[in-house]
Amino acid sequence: MTQAKPRAKKLPLKERYALLTRDLDWEPSYVEREKLFPYTSYEGIKIHDWDGWQDPFRLTVDAYYKYQAEKDKRLYAVLDGFAQSQGHLGLADASYLNAIKLFIQGVTPLEYAAHRHFAYLARYLEGPAPRFAALCQSIDELRHCQTQIHTISNYNKYYGGFHSWSKMHDRVWYLSVPKSLFDDAMSAGPFEFLISISFSFEYLLTNLLFVPFMSGASFNGDMPTMSFGFSAQSDESRHMTLGLEAIKFLLEQDEGNVPIIQAWIDKWFWRAYRMSALVAAMMDYMLPKPVMSWKEAFELYFEDQMLGGLFPDLEYYGIRPPRHVEDAIAEKDHLSHQVYKILHNFSFAAAFTTQTPGVEHSAWLSEQYPGTFDELYKPVWDKHARTEAAGGRIFFQGLPQLCQVCQIPMVFTEPDDPTSTSFRTSSFRSETFHTCSDGCKWIFDREPEKFVQAWLPVHQIYQGNCGGPSVPEVLDWYGIQEGDNGEYKGSPDQRSWAEWHSGAPKQGS
Amino acid sequence: MTSTLRQVGIDIQDAEENRPLVDAIRADNPELTIRHLPGLLKLQAAGRIVINRETVEAQLGREWDTGEFQLAIVSYAGNFSEWDDDQIIVSWEH
Repeated sequence: MTQAKPRAKKLPLKERYALLTRDLDWEPSYVEREKLFPYTSYEGIKIHDWDGWQDPFRLTVDAYYKYQAEKDKRLYAVLDGFAQSQGHLGLADASYLNAIKLFIQGVTPLEYAAHRHFAYLARYLEGPAPRFAALCQSIDELRHCQTQIHTISNYNKYYGGFHSWSKMHDRVWYLSVPKSLFDDAMSAGPFEFLISISFSFEYLLTNLLFVPFMSGASFNGDMPTMSFGFSAQSDESRHMTLGLEAIKFLLEQDEGNVPIIQAWIDKWFWRAYRMSALVAAMMDYMLPKPVMSWKEAFELYFEDQMLGGLFPDLEYYGIRPPRHVEDAIAEKDHLSHQVYKILHNFSFAAAFTTQTPGVEHSAWLSEQYPGTFDELYKPVWDKHARTEAAGGRIFFQGLPQLCQVCQIPMVFTEPDDPTSTSFRTSSFRSETFHTCSDGCKWIFDREPEKFVQAWLPVHQIYQGNCGGPSVPEVLDWYGIQEGDNGEYKGSPDQRSWAEWHSGAPKQGS
Repeated sequence: MTSTLRQVGIDIQDAEENRPLVDAIRADNPELTIRHLPGLLKLQAAGRIVINRETVEAQLGREWDTGEFQLAIVSYAGNFSEWDDDQIIVSWEH
């Protein structure tokens, strides 16, 4: 074994961190503190000592740029190698790209939104340590947005449907699910934003929201997506730490903060969990080679790690597991099937294609969901398969009712009865509002003034705000082109796949 | 403060350059279990996982800053209860 050389002398990490963050802060002399930081009091959160905020990473500005540059260098080496070696030929199947389309339409714009909002926190949080952590995260999120666009652009050379994703994010029905969640968070105060995005999104559910895309990419031959994903995730672990630090800091500062934080955890667990329904559908139905079922991922990452690990830790501060968590657990055998059914029925109006699971895929689903799939969901897919064998394809005609809060069509069933649709209503200012679950109803009833303003895609179509009254007019307004949507079999992507992979090797033939 | 035996975990990118790091973590945490998932290694242990700079350097045969751990990690469950020049510890606090 080689002996390491004596290390070059430098300041210990703790001192370096103190010098480069806290010691660079100053007390304002000619501006009142309340004017300098006007947004940190109205949410009712009390902070007595901002220096109580510790960044466990002890990240300093020089280290930040050094490691980020190294991460980018590694990522771009993979991207180049993939492009130069015609890596797109190694994908499991072109239908895999539907998951990537969902990603660039649904997730990439959130990275940009996060970049903007963390820049705001980097200015307006009062402590130098959280300000610096927020600044790093703001730059991270911009990097994620850029590297995702760059990575996925390679597929745009060989396959359709990668145009207009940014416009789609603002307009298309299923994308209003992630967009409205982030809009909700960004229009909240700075502390609620920390609990919504940094804690609930980045710590509690990050492993269910992001990691499945990356493992799916790895298993389906998509090296670049896996690489940007894991490159982003390495930043994400820092973001998770920010989320965990934020919640502990807020809970330690004042006992009066505890009930406020608890209500935000209750709200944002359910908000982020509902959005993860799209990921559940992707994991179980959109990967040619599935990696892990939604149910297994939920048990491993959420039930074991979060309910089993994190919440006993938070109990110390008087925090209990999120409200309605038992409904999420009860749903784990149903969620992906119910949501993919909607995507499948409405993919004529989506910017990706769908298909009925084939024989092998169905067998895998039966294995993963022994208690529910064969009885409740397989018969529906069998019926689709029979229709398709006779040359048909069922698409739902008409527009679905949306949940006022999560904006997912009302497809979910009662937690204790998978044969009846869960349907809740609330009354506000003499109007009736519909929600999909006890979780979403609770969120609506807590802030009705906020949620009555929801931009619901179906309502907007009926109000004439989406290009016109007919399907072709709405699709045109969405930016969806013929062939981006509908059934996968026979789609332009499937034809391109066949062309790229056609012909036996010429040599020796 | 009582120590807890609830599982903590670290997910690491399954890459050539991370193997010496994983070997070092395995050496310093005899109870560690490693699960292979596509593209990543899921390291889990009851109570805590410790990473010692000296063990990593011995495996790598070069100097290693604990900050470099940021290049390898994908996700984790637990809390970074220590992160200084010599050691990183992931554990639950309460």
